[in-house]
Amino acid sequence: MIRTEELLLNVGPQHPSTHGVLRIVVKLDGEVITEATPVIGYLHRGTEKLAESLNYTQIIPYTDRMDYVSAMTNNYVLVHAVEKMMGIEVPERAEFLRLIVMELQRVASHLVWWGTYLLDLGALSPFLFAFKEREMIIDLFNELCGARLTYNYMRVGGVKWDAPPGWIDKVRDFIPHMEKQLKEYERLVSGNEIFLARVRGIGKYDAETAIAYGLSGANLRCTGVKWDLRKNEPYSLYDRFEFDVPVGTNGDCYDRYMIRFEEMRQSLRILKQAVEQFPSSGETMGKVPRAIRPPAGETYVRIESPRGEIGCHIVSKGKAEPYRLKFRRPSFMNLQILPKLLVGETMTNLIAILGGVDIVLGEVDC
Amino acid sequence: MSEENKREAGRQETSPAAEQQEPAAPEQREPANTQEVAGAEPAGAGAEHPNQPQPDTMPEHPDASASDKPAEPAAPSAADANADAPAAPAEAGGDASAGAGAGAGAVDPEREAKIKAAQEARAARLAAKAAAEAGGDASAGAGAGAGAVDPEREAKIKAAQEARAARLAAKAAAEGGGDAPAEPKPPSPKQPWLDEAVELLKSEVHPEAVEEAAINELSDDMPTITVKAGHWRAAAELLKSHEKLGCNYLRNVTGVDYETHMEVVYFVINLETKREYAIKIRTDRDQPSVPSAVPVWLSADWPEREIYDLLGIDFPGHPDLRRIMMPDDWVGHPLRKDYVPLDPEV
Repeated sequence: MIRTEELLLNVGPQHPSTHGVLRIVVKLDGEVITEATPVIGYLHRGTEKLAESLNYTQIIPYTDRMDYVSAMTNNYVLVHAVEKMMGIEVPERAEFLRLIVMELQRVASHLVWWGTYLLDLGALSPFLFAFKEREMIIDLFNELCGARLTYNYMRVGGVKWDAPPGWIDKVRDFIPHMEKQLKEYERLVSGNEIFLARVRGIGKYDAETAIAYGLSGANLRCTGVKWDLRKNEPYSLYDRFEFDVPVGTNGDCYDRYMIRFEEMRQSLRILKQAVEQFPSSGETMGKVPRAIRPPAGETYVRIESPRGEIGCHIVSKGKAEPYRLKFRRPSFMNLQILPKLLVGETMTNLIAILGGVDIVLGEVDC
Repeated sequence: MSEENKREAGRQETSPAAEQQEPAAPEQREPANTQEVAGAEPAGAGAEHPNQPQPDTMPEHPDASASDKPAEPAAPSAADANADAPAAPAEAGGDASAGAGAGAGAVDPEREAKIKAAQEARAARLAAKAAAEAGGDASAGAGAGAGAVDPEREAKIKAAQEARAARLAAKAAAEGGGDAPAEPKPPSPKQPWLDEAVELLKSEVHPEAVEEAAINELSDDMPTITVKAGHWRAAAELLKSHEKLGCNYLRNVTGVDYETHMEVVYFVINLETKREYAIKIRTDRDQPSVPSAVPVWLSADWPEREIYDLLGIDFPGHPDLRRIMMPDDWVGHPLRKDYVPLDPEV
């Protein structure tokens, strides 16, 4: 008599395809997943608790370590929230620098995703390509603020360092290079039949589901919902630049791939305009009181990180430290849909679907 | 005020105690030091209670009257205290050595009177100073003297107080004046959203479902509504499903421990119309419990688990409420303000 047995499999926490320390407890019937339960918290450092005994400037380095692939946007959400509460004006040059580094960061972040995603799917060379170009962006950041990953670059009221002489020209030169490389990437991967077989129609969901699960970023836009906070709730200088928000139609892994790919092009488009309009001189720090004490009250500020809506909810009692600081992390919210997507899929598709969500565990756990 | 009285009492207790000892100079300084502290602090205390009525008993508590001095001369008053300090103990020291044989612990009336006089003199000087600063009438009162109840001095103090009250009123008016011209400023463009939601919540859910409703100016005029926990589920349904509201996207959930109570804030938005709300639900701190929003917005699942884990708020109706960040066997909820780690080594 043929007897089948349910198999329990732990994927992770230490496994390269989980992109960090994520564990998924998978129940398998043959090769088909019947239940999947993500287990998180391995990287929980209590950032929100720590923040309650730090002043706002001291918290900035902690934001670097949440989404460590996109530290610049994390920096921004915190300083922007404090600026909003205190009504601080940021000088234009500083705001331009912020926008430029955020868009460079978006490209760098998507490059990491692109490389590792294809690595997950079994293609090694795209990873090497992606990291070569990402290295150029990191070198630019290194020159700007002396760090490669955790920048601690932004401050309430501006940025810590002005661009060194010639830096903007280097950014200007990087843009056409990157555009050329993107074309090459596309030729290399986007039409590849094996790749298409792995991602087309995989991990599909519709707009209603995406909204119900609170997805954001490419995970939401792949279903056709045109929701990008840079356009829908403009912050910084985004309303000055022309760019498109790519959306998908099928809500599958392929659409998410294409959206992120196109977003890199759009970021370069923004960068091109920003570099042209970059003020030739000016302050990089606004008028900021010596003690940064936002008035009693609360604010919720959100921006578009490469992974979706990153939000910062500050509850202040008028002190130098926040009374409560809450980060809405897009990776944390986006990961919620995983159990639903995995049921009925095979183990190989688990890797494709998880990679397609694009999570950073430092941000999931915070 | 009572704090001040306690200090006063403390001082009077200290001085006889000091007398018990040999008249060593450092010991004798004790009262002066106390006075210094007492003189310096009330300036701040007075600023916190600017409108405290002046009791008739003022001469009996000269320092108390000093405490009601305006906040501005904080530094000078401390300086005065310093200036006084050597005077009082010098006398006291002399007394003490004289009365050393007169019996330990006995309260020397003469000395007491002297201290009192010194204190009154100081108070008068401070008052005069305040008056000078307030009304601009010069140092006429400086020599008002260490007399007991001096009508002239009383009048001056009163004048000073009145001047101060007037100044405060003027300040308040000025501050209010900042608002007053702003009052006709157009209400927030999001005000209609707030009004509409409040009205719907009252009519469709319960007349008393809404505890508070306001526009949060610090957060881009976010319409913020505090809903009673008992009506939250129905309110959530309404916010999501009502055609006028249609807030289908729950973007963030935050739990806050306010020490007096707990609060959960849900940020919802309609992606089509961009109509958004922050909905707050307050709950008791000892048995914190808020009905889960998962049946309405699936995305509340993990955020509510996180709040349960870190703040200990129960979410009845949640399909799978268990810890998410901390290990399953963790004791306590780390984000609570009264959290003490079970194992300090961790």
